Amino acid sequence: MPDIIKTDALIVGAGPVGLFAVFELGLLDIKAHVLDILPMAGGQCAELYPEKPIYDIPGFPTVTGQGLVDNLLKQIEPFSPTFHFGEMVTQVEPLGTAEAPLFRVTTDGELVFETKALLIAAGGGSFQPKKPPIPGIDAYEGTSVFYAVRKMETFRGRHVLVVGGGDSALDWALNLEKVADRVTLMHRRDAFRAAPHSVNAMRELVREKKMDFVLGQVTGLKGEGGALSAAVVRGEDGTSFDLPCDAMLPFFGLTMKLGPIADWGLNLHENLIPADTEKFETNVPGVFAVGDINTYPGKLKLILSGFHEVALAAQRAHRYVYPDKKLTFQYTTSSSSLQKKLGV
Amino acid sequence: MVQITFIDAAGQSRTVEGETGATVMETALKNNVPGIEAECGGACACATCHVYVDESWADRIPAAQPMEEDMLDFAFDVRKTSRLSCQIRVTAEVDGLVVNTPERQG
Repeated sequence: MPDIIKTDALIVGAGPVGLFAVFELGLLDIKAHVLDILPMAGGQCAELYPEKPIYDIPGFPTVTGQGLVDNLLKQIEPFSPTFHFGEMVTQVEPLGTAEAPLFRVTTDGELVFETKALLIAAGGGSFQPKKPPIPGIDAYEGTSVFYAVRKMETFRGRHVLVVGGGDSALDWALNLEKVADRVTLMHRRDAFRAAPHSVNAMRELVREKKMDFVLGQVTGLKGEGGALSAAVVRGEDGTSFDLPCDAMLPFFGLTMKLGPIADWGLNLHENLIPADTEKFETNVPGVFAVGDINTYPGKLKLILSGFHEVALAAQRAHRYVYPDKKLTFQYTTSSSSLQKKLGV
Repeated sequence: MVQITFIDAAGQSRTVEGETGATVMETALKNNVPGIEAECGGACACATCHVYVDESWADRIPAAQPMEEDMLDFAFDVRKTSRLSCQIRVTAEVDGLVVNTPERQG
């Protein structure tokens, strides 16, 4: 059993709302750990639209997705949250009572937390690799079809078909060329989003006949018992042919899936978590739902709504973390104790 | 008002009215047309509002920008008439536009 990380609050999701929750909790002396399935903070702002301007953040006539994330990270610095990236919560077990909630939270990376307040700021769910809608693909997953490379050795001596035209596809095609028997890169067009130097390196390997590049799209798979023998490909001219391979790596970007949240004993409504509008708590006391993942009458999926929600959730979380302390409402402009916490 | 027709993968056709200045994706969502997910909300960042523009219209709407072409890499079963409906503006010129929605958005 791994060491248990004990914390006052655990925030699931490091998007803008999860980040601002650190601030609101911090003002109330509640320490937080934050986890996210992505390798960095920012959620959709960083993954989907880092360079796009946002015009409806109060006080910012315009700010980019990444700009907002950078500012939030700076704003929460005084509270030194602990981040755990590349982690997805798989299990939530209630250990406490309605008056004194306590949860054991386990991740797919086998981290174990014990927290008094659990804030779910998971947005549209967890970002997961897109699965191509190829009939029967499920039967090959984990044996012949992979959406990420965990160990290069898995591909030693195999004929690997890498599908896609972005950095993941090009990087892995180039890296696997060294261990695989043969690498074939397939893309729907002869233009790539990947970094130009990777594209050049790929073209050089193709010229040296060390790698193949095929224009086309995979429409079917052939094989038996999870062992792939060929991909059925529709080429550029519309005709189909079989491409022999025994491993496939499709890279079609990420999509948001609710994931294991459905198994945490929370009420769900159309893949959203109903929360009250006084404290943004779910049907389970001590579990809060904030930001795009929650729903209540009049809900708007706006970042600013999420900011409001975490401020109120923090007030209730205070009661669970410090049951004997009275909470006095204070302003950062005038309260010397809040200013001390902020280090200003 | 501009009329836009969405035909789903099963062949069912729905004609709705779009407001000038909106996008075809927004028009679909506003009118509860199934088959368009628009996960990213129109930022040209997800490819889940993929449509096939009817052949007769393919040359009559402004061509895809490089960003849209890049994002189409994330769609499945991409064809010559593939577009992202968040990048097609509703204008008087596209009155009568016909688009087909794919079987799956991914």
